[in-house]
Amino acid sequence: MPRYGMVIDTKKCVGCQDCVVACKTENNIPEGYNRDWIVTEVKGKFPTVQMEIRTERCNHCSNTPCVSCCPTGASHIHEFGGIVLVDHEMCIGCKACVEACPYDARYIHPDGYADKCTFCINRVEKGQNPACVEVCPTHCMYFGDLDDPNSEVSKLLQSRKWHVNLPDAGTEPNIFYLI
Amino acid sequence: MNSISRRRFLKISGATIATAAILTGASKTLVKGADKINKEKVKGIQKIPTYCDLCFWKCGAIAYLKDGELWKVEGNPMDPLSKGRLCPRGTGGVGAHYDEDRLKTPLIRKNLRGEEKWVEVTWDEAFDFIADKMNKIKNQYGPESVALFSHGIGGNFIKHLLRAYGSPNETAPSFAQCRGPREVGFELTFGDVVGSPERTDIENTKCLVLIGSHLGENMHNTQVQEFSHAVQKGASIIVVDPRFSVAASKAKFYLPIKPGTDLALLLAWMGVIVREKLYDADYIAKYGYGFDKFAAEVSHYTPEWAYIETGIEPELIVETAREMARYKPATLVHPGRHATWYGDDTQRSRAIALLNALLGSWGRKGGFYVPYSFSIPKYPYPPYPELKKEPLDNPGGKYPFATGEQISTGIREATITGQPYPIKGWFVYGTNLMQALPNRDETIKAIQNLDLMVVVDVVPSEIAGWADVVLPESVYLERYDDLNTSPFREGFVGIRQPVIDEPNDQKPNWWIAKKLAEKLGLGNYFPWKDVEEYLDTRLKAAGLSLDELKKVGIVKAPERPIYFEDGVEPEFPTPSGKIEFYSDQLAQAGFDPVPRYTKHEQPPEGYFRLLYGRAPVHTFSKTQSNPLLRDMMSENELWINADMAAKIGIKNGQKVRLRNQDGVVSDAIKVKTTERIRRDCVYMVHGFGQKSRQLRSTYKKGASDAELITKYNTDPLMGGTAMNVNFVTIEAEV
Ligand code: SF4
Ligand code: SF4
Ligand code: SF4
Repeated sequence: MPRYGMVIDTKKCVGCQDCVVACKTENNIPEGYNRDWIVTEVKGKFPTVQMEIRTERCNHCSNTPCVSCCPTGASHIHEFGGIVLVDHEMCIGCKACVEACPYDARYIHPDGYADKCTFCINRVEKGQNPACVEVCPTHCMYFGDLDDPNSEVSKLLQSRKWHVNLPDAGTEPNIFYLI
Repeated sequence: MNSISRRRFLKISGATIATAAILTGASKTLVKGADKINKEKVKGIQKIPTYCDLCFWKCGAIAYLKDGELWKVEGNPMDPLSKGRLCPRGTGGVGAHYDEDRLKTPLIRKNLRGEEKWVEVTWDEAFDFIADKMNKIKNQYGPESVALFSHGIGGNFIKHLLRAYGSPNETAPSFAQCRGPREVGFELTFGDVVGSPERTDIENTKCLVLIGSHLGENMHNTQVQEFSHAVQKGASIIVVDPRFSVAASKAKFYLPIKPGTDLALLLAWMGVIVREKLYDADYIAKYGYGFDKFAAEVSHYTPEWAYIETGIEPELIVETAREMARYKPATLVHPGRHATWYGDDTQRSRAIALLNALLGSWGRKGGFYVPYSFSIPKYPYPPYPELKKEPLDNPGGKYPFATGEQISTGIREATITGQPYPIKGWFVYGTNLMQALPNRDETIKAIQNLDLMVVVDVVPSEIAGWADVVLPESVYLERYDDLNTSPFREGFVGIRQPVIDEPNDQKPNWWIAKKLAEKLGLGNYFPWKDVEEYLDTRLKAAGLSLDELKKVGIVKAPERPIYFEDGVEPEFPTPSGKIEFYSDQLAQAGFDPVPRYTKHEQPPEGYFRLLYGRAPVHTFSKTQSNPLLRDMMSENELWINADMAAKIGIKNGQKVRLRNQDGVVSDAIKVKTTERIRRDCVYMVHGFGQKSRQLRSTYKKGASDAELITKYNTDPLMGGTAMNVNFVTIEAEV
């Protein structure tokens, strides 16, 4: 069984939001809502400024407060690749998971259920990349099996410096940012 | 660009959920909601190749239909421009079809111009109205008195119509308001233009220099893809910008230049390279003309002198000059695109050309390649009527180097003065002149002199509000257009074909041009039955077929070398036949044969220079109402240096208005205090603050830089209008 994750090269990302638009069309996300988004972090004083641009989404954590707090079992870890998913039919829209996620990765869809990034599981099952990865014009996102030492993602993590978001939250995120 | 944190985004959307739910019931998704869908709904997924029209780059794309409804647009992997990946606007292309603010039916003005009161008419009525006015203009003033403003490939058929009618006056703001100075500066030096797509070999460059060119925010797909490739390969990147741009965050060297002084930096760089003999001596000996005179002139400019002008430390100027020389000839000093800044823009662009010439990068790998295109014969039309009058954009050759394209503001001027002859009709295709041309008052004044103004567009742009007749065009996903044979690294031909029906009574430009021609008695200029016959005739003449192209979308020409070192014969179609380091033609016309520095006015105490630029999710002022792209960025922000904001007492997120030197006050705009900009200028993304009331979704969202650009300097060489010369104060909203 693979363990899916993403490695994102912040050196290459230009923050163009193509990944966000692609997710919206691919998954038919309603206006005003996003499953992924861009964060721009600026440090220093002009003109000695440093800036990191990141594309963020659900981290498909290995330790999941969003799943453990879910009263109905709608939020679950899918057996395929350890992807964290929400079963829309079972979800009662109680917002427990929205509160529990330290990354603000979830929202309540206007149709009443919790929604978030699915790693485009429907595409991945067909051997394709998630839509955001596939569209990114700077090729800064990589998707693959973190447990396979020969996968591109594993190799990148071995060869480059990286960080995860909010490491202290204890969620063991599976999205890694190369610096 | 909005860099919305998830938390903030939720807050914003949280506030609007309630109202949205009341208005629309449950979820409002993009795939529902069009007024009409395809007549025959094919079950399952259909993939139809086409090319994108969200900007002029024309990336090859594949549109997806799901059960007969438009789903998404992806890059065509066969396409050398997109390489299978579109930019965010291209990815948001389906939003153009679903845009609720689209024009739906032809409109004729009811009352006063600009009042935006309309009568809905049939196409036939609209054409009768236009043809009647055009015939009157032809009889009274001659056919030259109708001018065309057009942007993008969609204008081709309308251009053809007006040439058949007998007018020589056709223009686009993309010359005098954009890349004109660059093309002329390079042509004066190398005898050839940079062109579009730019012939810049970013992919292979070892050192990339960007001067006021914010790649990544300025989202020309191929260039951005190549830029990230260069970053990955560790190319040395030097960025010169008053703003810490996205590109600056990827750079090895960032030079925070004082606006208006770029030419000083360029001259100082050339001074260092010449004094330290770091140039490509063999290349210059072989291909250069007038190098000694040039060298004598530029060696006067020292880094210490440039420091006083530009604020860039002399050591940094020397170090970056050496860095460029280290990687020559694979060093690319990017020519930029929107080059109309201060008024000496052709000379600044020429300085960029000369710096590249010193480094030997023209024609070389990692510099500027030599592009070629798939040659497809033109359609065998009857010859156009003989012209009785010359184009009037540049009377008496006032701007001696305005070559190749016409000066849009020259046509506007002639429309106001009636000299050298009157202009009584304007056709405006796909270009929002209210946002593109400087000084709105002059545009409005010109419009008041017209007997006829026709606007063809997909949305009710601000210029459409001033028209007598508005013609609603189909968006690119609903129409055929002319073939794309842009010159590039590889020659190719791309097709645009309809993937879905128009939701209302919109029509493709080829149909508009042909039907109107028939009304005007010019039907013989449109001898084809429909556009498919037109395209097939052209393709057959090149040994291709329409059916085949419709299936694959792109056909490539055989490979050819694109660098001098691979066997391309160097050609420099200048008067000397060489790279003109010293320009006799400039000297003869009374201009500096080698560029010289002129000081530009700096903002007075209390004022900021107004700078404007691009965001990756919008093209000019034409995509703001696209629901997908609007969702990414619905208004612009005013960037101001954080210390400066504190000093004048304004806070992040606060709404302010700008007042320019001529007393024009903008709409309210949100402040973004940031460490990413100098203290002497403010910055906003172009294209917002739109005043068309029919553009309900974007009406007065943010502020319009164009409205504040009342002042402009004119480039004496080619008539370009420099627009970075407006100064503003900031007034808090109460
Ligand atoms: S598409 Fe790629 S470059 Fe653009 S914001 Fe997303 S991750 Fe960054
Ligand atoms: S990012 Fe949030 S929603 Fe996603 S798995 Fe982690 S805790 Fe759950
Ligand atoms: S650069 Fe973007 S908007 Fe322009 S043609 Fe390409 S995909 Fe379309």
